[in-house]
Amino acid sequence: MREIIKMIVVLTVLSCFSGGLLAAIRGGTKDKIENQQLEFVKGPAIRNILEGCSNDPIVDRFKIKDGDIERSFFVGVFDGNANTVAFESFGKGFGGDIGLMIGVTIDDDKIINLGVTTHSETPGVGSRAKSDPKLSNRFKGLDLVKSFKVKPDGGEIDAISGATVTSRGVCSGVTEAGIVYKRLKSQVAEKLKEFK
Amino acid sequence: MAKTITQEFVKGLWDEIPPFRLVLGLCPTLAVTKSVENGLGMGVAVIFVLVCSNVLVSLLRKIIPSQVRIACFIVIIATFVIVVELLMQAFTYALFLKLGIFIPLIVVNCIVLGRAEAFAYKNGIVASIADGFGIGTGFTISLVALGAIREVFGSGTFLGISVFGSSFQPFTFMIEAPGAFVCLGLMLAMMNLAGNK
Repeated sequence: MREIIKMIVVLTVLSCFSGGLLAAIRGGTKDKIENQQLEFVKGPAIRNILEGCSNDPIVDRFKIKDGDIERSFFVGVFDGNANTVAFESFGKGFGGDIGLMIGVTIDDDKIINLGVTTHSETPGVGSRAKSDPKLSNRFKGLDLVKSFKVKPDGGEIDAISGATVTSRGVCSGVTEAGIVYKRLKSQVAEKLKEFK
Repeated sequence: MAKTITQEFVKGLWDEIPPFRLVLGLCPTLAVTKSVENGLGMGVAVIFVLVCSNVLVSLLRKIIPSQVRIACFIVIIATFVIVVELLMQAFTYALFLKLGIFIPLIVVNCIVLGRAEAFAYKNGIVASIADGFGIGTGFTISLVALGAIREVFGSGTFLGISVFGSSFQPFTFMIEAPGAFVCLGLMLAMMNLAGNK
């Protein structure tokens, strides 16, 4: 009997100690890990979109609660003016969700650039949405707060040839981003003041 | 049995060098040694886990009941492996992405469990630290050597720097799984040759 109690006590104490240690380390490294993941997964797209900004958009970011989810906004400072944000949106593509990072100027709601972050489109066909800037260039300078459609659907965006479904997915992602942007614009503008 | 601390350390570098002499921990050895950098990263992670778990097992060897010792070892080892995983994510994320699943798999690396069972559970703390460092360093040297051979022949680079110039046609067999077995086998054979003289 004593043996069994000893085993239980030793194992319990050991597990508690290990749990405590891990919780402490997790707490200590959480922010750092989040930064690293942003840097390596979304960083290239964000930096590409906010090219030429004078700050580090990965560091200058804020979160806004939108219903059940939290959305991250990355701030770009141009000419000493924090007037540009990049944020993520999703559209339904050929092989699943297409993740988009969209940069928008808050003064005139114009898209400055966008990029694909994650996708599972057909390599060489739909994947050109990410590797070839042609499609994203077509959105440059357009008003974000409206609905986007590809030309076959009666819209104004030229689809990538052979990848209409993917292009449609990107359009719906940008449209979705426009809706989110419209809903959260006042809060975004409020937060941006802190960076000025 | 009365070995000095230096002897405990040095034995890991040749006499009991894993994976060649102990032939333990082959899974990460074969899988991650595609390049020198990967091998070195994996080796350092293993040194950390090995030393920490040896210290703790050695400290607790009088308290841990022998019936549940394996469970205790695994809890201790798993804790340190997750510590390494979190630290790697926080500081060397690119390397973490490359090593991927093999970092959490250090938990089931027989070298770590083997040293806890065969050495730290029976020896004092200082000897256990020396043993952990020795075996860990030996493991790292093996991984780096294997990684160097495979990277130089398989992709024509060393630590990412081209060594043969652009005319070199990479021997891609070396960076694939069968190449790892062949390379390990040849190195083991050469070590046995050298040892038998």
